[in-house]
Amino acid sequence: MIPTHFYLALSAILFSIGALGVLVRRNALVVFMSIELMLNAANLTMVAFARQYGLQSGQIFVFFVMAVAAAEVAVGLALIVTIYRSRQTIDIDDMNRLKG
Amino acid sequence: MFLSETVLNPIFSLAPWIVYFPVIGLLLNIIFGGWFMKHTWGETAVGAVASLASFSAFVVAALLAVALNGQHGEAALATVAPWIHIGTLHLDWAFRVDSLSTTMMLVVSGVGTLIHIYAIGYMHEDVRFKHDIARYRRFFVFLNLFIAAMMILVSGNSYMMLFVGWEGVGLASFLLIGFWYDMDTLGRPSWANSNAAKKAFITNRVGDFGFLLAAMMMFWKFGSTDFDLVFAKVAEVSHHEPWVILWITIFLLVGVAGKSAQIPLYIWLPDAMAGPTPVSALIHAATMVTAGVYLVTRSAPIYMLSHDAQYIVATVGAVTGLFAATIAVGQYDLKKVLAYSTISQLGFMVAAVGMGAFVAGMFHLMTHAFFKALLFLSAGSVILGMERGHHHAAHHHGGHGDHHEVFDPGDMRNMGGLRKTMPVTFWLYIIGTLALAGIPPFAGFWSKDEILLDASLHFPHVYWILTAAAFLTAFYMGRQIWMVFFGAPRHEAAAHAQESPLIITLPLMALAALSVVGGFFNIPAEGFHQLGHWLMHTIGEMEIPPFSLTVAGVSTALALVAIFFSWLLYGRTPLKTGQPDPLKKPLGLLFVGMENKWFIDEAYKFAFIDRYYDLADFLAQKVDWDFWHEWFHNSVIAKGFVGLARFLADPIDLGLIDRVSHLLSDLVSASAGGLRKLQTGFVRSYALSVLLGVVAILGYLLLK
Repeated sequence: MIPTHFYLALSAILFSIGALGVLVRRNALVVFMSIELMLNAANLTMVAFARQYGLQSGQIFVFFVMAVAAAEVAVGLALIVTIYRSRQTIDIDDMNRLKG
Repeated sequence: MFLSETVLNPIFSLAPWIVYFPVIGLLLNIIFGGWFMKHTWGETAVGAVASLASFSAFVVAALLAVALNGQHGEAALATVAPWIHIGTLHLDWAFRVDSLSTTMMLVVSGVGTLIHIYAIGYMHEDVRFKHDIARYRRFFVFLNLFIAAMMILVSGNSYMMLFVGWEGVGLASFLLIGFWYDMDTLGRPSWANSNAAKKAFITNRVGDFGFLLAAMMMFWKFGSTDFDLVFAKVAEVSHHEPWVILWITIFLLVGVAGKSAQIPLYIWLPDAMAGPTPVSALIHAATMVTAGVYLVTRSAPIYMLSHDAQYIVATVGAVTGLFAATIAVGQYDLKKVLAYSTISQLGFMVAAVGMGAFVAGMFHLMTHAFFKALLFLSAGSVILGMERGHHHAAHHHGGHGDHHEVFDPGDMRNMGGLRKTMPVTFWLYIIGTLALAGIPPFAGFWSKDEILLDASLHFPHVYWILTAAAFLTAFYMGRQIWMVFFGAPRHEAAAHAQESPLIITLPLMALAALSVVGGFFNIPAEGFHQLGHWLMHTIGEMEIPPFSLTVAGVSTALALVAIFFSWLLYGRTPLKTGQPDPLKKPLGLLFVGMENKWFIDEAYKFAFIDRYYDLADFLAQKVDWDFWHEWFHNSVIAKGFVGLARFLADPIDLGLIDRVSHLLSDLVSASAGGLRKLQTGFVRSYALSVLLGVVAILGYLLLK
């Protein structure tokens, strides 16, 4: 059986890639995808621990995360579409109208 | 002497009506007088209402006197209403009926009624000469007001109630002196009459101040101003603190000097002749000015305890008597002579009551009321006759401007020969003169003789001064008779003078009759002295000095000699028009002094009035304007305020408060300026900070 820390390492790598994506990419869609990456890194962590300890709660929790992530994507994509309609761009560096 | 607490005889409950009747009279004339005056009978109605009011008061006074006699002079009180109840002080509005007050009531209302009747005729002509008929009614309102106030004065049961009347008569006197306030005695536009009224009022204020001090001192030392309560404690206080009695009497004397025109406050009375003649007769000769004599008599229990006070009062009275008599010799105005004569006679009365001869003083007060009212009213008749003559003469000449010539109907130098044109007035005047000069058996002789008799026994210096005054009295009255009624007319007004109607001469006849028989009220013989015994019910038992033929003989002889002298100077060779007074040459400077009233008015003007103006000027210019307005207000207050405001505005407000608040705002704005730089608007930098924050928190949690 693949030891748990392998999963954790992979999860860390995935999370870092996601975080890096959020920080460096300017396309809102790519940022979204990076967020999904981070969420799934976290999911992987929970599933890995659930397998190691033989507990169901971690797996159930992952379902919730996936459901919430789906809802979040639905809202986020709707926002992005609306922003695009009004500004003809989804570059998040241009979304600075609230800057004081 | 003792006062019954309960009113014994129901008649005494009538006592307040001596005040109510005149008040009703004046109210009737105020309310309905205007309507009366629209009719031809209006003046008669107004005069009748006023006269009836006064007469009703006289009837009440007579009833009171009869009732009082019925209970042997035992005094009675008629309390009308509570008045001042403060702490231990209990003063009621109570009328005191005793032999002294009823005597005064009878004189006031009796003489007052006759003068009211006379005034009906006198004012009828006076308002026409002065061209203001509407004032007829006002005159009688004032006259009734005077009677009411005088009645309060003589019947009050306490010094405070007496003071109410005292001020009331002062007010009535003021109103009546200034009756023709917008013209002088000759009817020319001027403030002379209102100035005379002010002079009387202000001079009287000085006296009233003395009266008030005395009343306050009584309250302080005796705890009340009620007559009985004061007199009950007088002996005890006099024993422990004699100075209290002396000061009370001296302060009262100041009041007496004001109201009864004694030195040094007599100066208002001659000017008071500016009032219409009935006023001069009623207020300034017969009644009001005798209030001081009444006051001293009423205060007999106090005065009897201080020999010093008696000495001062007697001397003041005697000196006034002589001093005023010398001035009367040098006057040319008919009424002025009588005014100074009044001051002189008041001096006699004050001297008498000062000596403790209260009966003699009151007796002279009574007879003087008769004959001086007679003289004044006859003088009024003479003046009216002269006015009529003047009108007649002016009309005769077809009005060549004569009408506007300045003509003084009261100047004796314009008169002469009136014996033939005004015979009735002449004879009445002769009776008044003989009574005043002290020729027996006229009233003045008996009363004056009694004063001189008392003086000769106890106060020799007063006797000599008063005898000299009596000599001068006869002389100036003789001078007046010769100048007015004898010789040839010195002015065409005198030549055409006309006798006055009956409404004027009838009251004069009544007064003349009283001037003849008035002396018999108190004949100085065993078994008589009715007035004396009557008054002793109130003032206590008094010694009655036996009649002295020497004193009476000397004064009568002196009076006859004086009249003879006056005949030598004025009767034998009557004055010609424009001729100076024959006394002027032999007396020289002395006569100049008499003529000019010894320059007392000028001296007072210099000593008091000018100094008062100086003071007022100093207060207005230096204190009020320069110091208060210019310096204090402008420099101290205004500049101080501006300075304070500048201090508050510049260093405090701008320098401190503003700086602090600016500092706060600057601080906020600076920190906000720094913090807003964090808000870059780059979502990725926010995400980075979230990440760093999470890392920091996790790091902390792991490493703690």
